[in-house]
Amino acid sequence: MKKVSVSFTLNGDAVTAEVPVTWTLLKTLREHFELTGAKEGCGVGECGACTVIVDGEAVNSCLYPIFEIEGKSVTTIEGLANEDGTLNPIQQAFLENNGVQCGFCTSGMIMSAKGLLDHNPEPTEDEIRSSIAGNFCRCTGYVQIVEAIDMAAKTLK
Amino acid sequence: MSDHLFVGKSVPRTIEADKVTGRAIYIDDMKRPGMLYGKILYSKYAHAKIKSIDTSKAEKLPGVRAVLTGYDIPDARVGFLKDQTVLKKDVVRQFRDEVAAVAAISPEIAEEACRLIEVEYEQLPGVFDPFEAMKEGAPLVHEVDARGRPTKSNILPLPWKFNAGDIEQGRKDSAFTVKDTVSTTWVNQCCMGTSGCIAEFDQNNNLTLYNQTNVIFGHVGRISEYFAQIGLKGKKIRIVNAIVGGSFGTKLDTDIYEFISIQLALKTRKPVKILFTREEEFKALPPRQPAIFDIEQGCDKEGNLTFRKVEAVLDNGAYTSWGATTPSVMLMPMSSLYRVPNVFFQATCVYTNNIYCQAMRGYGNPQATFAVETSMDTLAEAAGIDPLEFRMINRNHPGDETPMRLKITSCGFEECINAVKEKLNWSEKKGTKKGRGVGMASLIHVAGGARVTRSDGHGIMVKVNEFGQVDVIESGTDQGQGSPTVITQIVAEALGVRPEDISLTFGDTALALWDAGTHASRHTFMAGNAAIMACEKAKRQILDMAVEHMPKIIKGGFKRKKRKDPDFVEPDLDYGLIADPEDLDIRDRMIFAKKNPDHPHFRIPVSQILREGLLGSGESKVVVAEEFYDPPTEMLDREFKGNLSQTYAFGTSGVEVEVDEKTGEVKIVNLVAAHDVGKAMNPTLLLGQIYGAAYTGVGYGLTEEIKVVNGRVMNPGFRDYQMLTAMDVVPVEPVVVEPGDEDGPYGAKGVGEPGLVPTAPAIANAVYDAIGVRIKDLPITPEKVLAALKERGDVC
Ligand code: FES
Ligand code: FES
Repeated sequence: MKKVSVSFTLNGDAVTAEVPVTWTLLKTLREHFELTGAKEGCGVGECGACTVIVDGEAVNSCLYPIFEIEGKSVTTIEGLANEDGTLNPIQQAFLENNGVQCGFCTSGMIMSAKGLLDHNPEPTEDEIRSSIAGNFCRCTGYVQIVEAIDMAAKTLK
Repeated sequence: MSDHLFVGKSVPRTIEADKVTGRAIYIDDMKRPGMLYGKILYSKYAHAKIKSIDTSKAEKLPGVRAVLTGYDIPDARVGFLKDQTVLKKDVVRQFRDEVAAVAAISPEIAEEACRLIEVEYEQLPGVFDPFEAMKEGAPLVHEVDARGRPTKSNILPLPWKFNAGDIEQGRKDSAFTVKDTVSTTWVNQCCMGTSGCIAEFDQNNNLTLYNQTNVIFGHVGRISEYFAQIGLKGKKIRIVNAIVGGSFGTKLDTDIYEFISIQLALKTRKPVKILFTREEEFKALPPRQPAIFDIEQGCDKEGNLTFRKVEAVLDNGAYTSWGATTPSVMLMPMSSLYRVPNVFFQATCVYTNNIYCQAMRGYGNPQATFAVETSMDTLAEAAGIDPLEFRMINRNHPGDETPMRLKITSCGFEECINAVKEKLNWSEKKGTKKGRGVGMASLIHVAGGARVTRSDGHGIMVKVNEFGQVDVIESGTDQGQGSPTVITQIVAEALGVRPEDISLTFGDTALALWDAGTHASRHTFMAGNAAIMACEKAKRQILDMAVEHMPKIIKGGFKRKKRKDPDFVEPDLDYGLIADPEDLDIRDRMIFAKKNPDHPHFRIPVSQILREGLLGSGESKVVVAEEFYDPPTEMLDREFKGNLSQTYAFGTSGVEVEVDEKTGEVKIVNLVAAHDVGKAMNPTLLLGQIYGAAYTGVGYGLTEEIKVVNGRVMNPGFRDYQMLTAMDVVPVEPVVVEPGDEDGPYGAKGVGEPGLVPTAPAIANAVYDAIGVRIKDLPITPEKVLAALKERGDVC
């Protein structure tokens, strides 16, 4: 299969990967870099479980062709904790406020929340909800996720 | 109660921190050395003869390691009624029939190989409606039964018939009677993590199945039955669960893909992983069982229920999984939701060429409660009694024994109804119409185990190392409900250590004692009780050591002090205070004398005693305790009567809706979810169960539906299957009623499923209050609302 070589920044490190040209960013993260935090919940851009941050924006990595990543900067859930290993306030808030149950949607939820809070440190409930509108969760009913993101926003301020 | 350090507190889910850092390993993330990927080829038709299968092209594709059809493997039968084989040969009976399977070095190659398999079919007439299927002359879905005997009809040989009291007498005692037909449809569990497993054999043909089941020992049982049929009798089976990405019933049965992965692993001698795509999850995973009910109820002039008569028809689909057993749970609300003296319930399960069904959160209870609570509303109206008052009159009471012989112990039903009345401002809002209305519905559910197998036991093991760290080997499954945190709280409390001292291992049959499964909202109750008992045993072992070593350690300390300071005078202590393990206790890692908890000398860290006990002067000892808790409950007898749970949950949902009569849209303005939970072990986590279940209930009520046309799933993706998103704001107001349950761990009862159960009927009843039309067929879509309004207009 035809391969493509891409160089980009991944969780702060300069990386290069040679992978089949048909691969998505999600597949490359999971298979090549063994970063399995981003999940495939649908593979067709409908569930948000695969959300990562590319150049500051939360995107569905299952739809992101790998060749388009050249030169860009990617942050995944694995790159979110502080350098000393302590949790980022969003991660902490999800634990404290029960924003996580089975956890399958959680990586995507947290990355969408990060995408929001990086741009908008004081979001309204509506804004929080729209930021995770594409992230499905079957366990929580979203209530405590919304509360967790709100809590994280207040901590980050 | 109030002096608990951990129980009843909102301890955060820190023990599950791996889930917020991407470290948690789900089945999706698991790989084994040399692992292959399995894919399944499904049928092209809902009912057809297989004329031929040609796998030669697939076999030649580079990277393919095995191609299997039903002609390559033994004809072993699996499933609840043993009515299917793993790979189908000769006949396919539904679109999801597994016709062939491939193992290859990548999922892409396996998929490509599936496309290269050529199957020639001859279409057969199908039957897609259970009522049609019951008619004489309808095409038979199965020509023969599991034992090879010719069948005469599509009706399953299942005896779901319940009778208590005397319906005719009930009728005579009635001043008012009503009859309704209500129906519910297929819904998908929508676990965000899709189905999957990895099968791996060792050299001796012992199997390890990496899995995500919530019934690990049930899996062992079913697979060993299968092994006996395929020449692997006596081989060992180990189930090891990954972190589970949601379950909601899907992981109760052993599904066909699991047997296929086993066959592919056997054939290739390599680990084989099968992981469903989302499309497969919608098309090839058994959804919630749909049901149609004819329900008739009566009451006397005062509003006391006199009888309830229900006939249900269940579209079983082509094969039988747990869906066909949902009537066993339907029986509970049918016979025991509200006080009703005379009850008849019959359920007929019918084979069709539709998708077959299984469990989903609440089992058959949401379906049945939709029927009962629709009828409660129509009967209240017929009797001219306010629906809330009507329910209050008929509510269950502590101490009741129901017609099914359920023994009601703790019961906060009255408080739940009152909570809805007050929070919804019922009296003011009820009956005002103009597109806004209120409705309510209640529930009863098992909340102290459910004896569906001879043993309803739950095993737990607690071991404490010499540093005071505790390993808890749990026989249940964490499917997201919060058990790692709640069981940690219970163990910390009962043993006297801190949550951070505790590690839990879930879901490994090689380590755990037996468990009936993490189903029926039973885990906190069962594991909690087992944990408390095991901790008491472990604690006793520690305290025995303490009696032996505490005086020595204390005296040794004095000696050392004296060596340093010759003026030190050893205090004259009453060692009798610590001479008996009964006089000692442990709290927050410290052992102390119960009679004098603040004694300056008789307090010693647990870890010090444990080290002394293992490596110190005395006989070396380890601390390990186990408990197998099996509650004093009954299996249902032949008449389907018996007290199958040690306690029951009650709850009431009250909903206020706004209905747009132009568009037919139903908007939930307020949803009060009042639940009798016994005691909240962790209030924040408890709310998560209520919110999550309520949301799924709203989806069930308003939007969710697998559209099945002539056996084919027409909406196999999130885009067309309308699960609620964060934009569907449902203001849920939970009310937690805590009567305390004397048999529950620290008073707790089960709560995992209940929140879903009354939500949809409460919405339907509110819609009726708002616009005066009653939708008796879930989900209540805008189309149905508009059609009902139109029909009413025509009638006027
Ligand atoms: S996996 Fe990417 S949106 Fe679902
Ligand atoms: S926590 Fe399970 S899907 Fe969101």
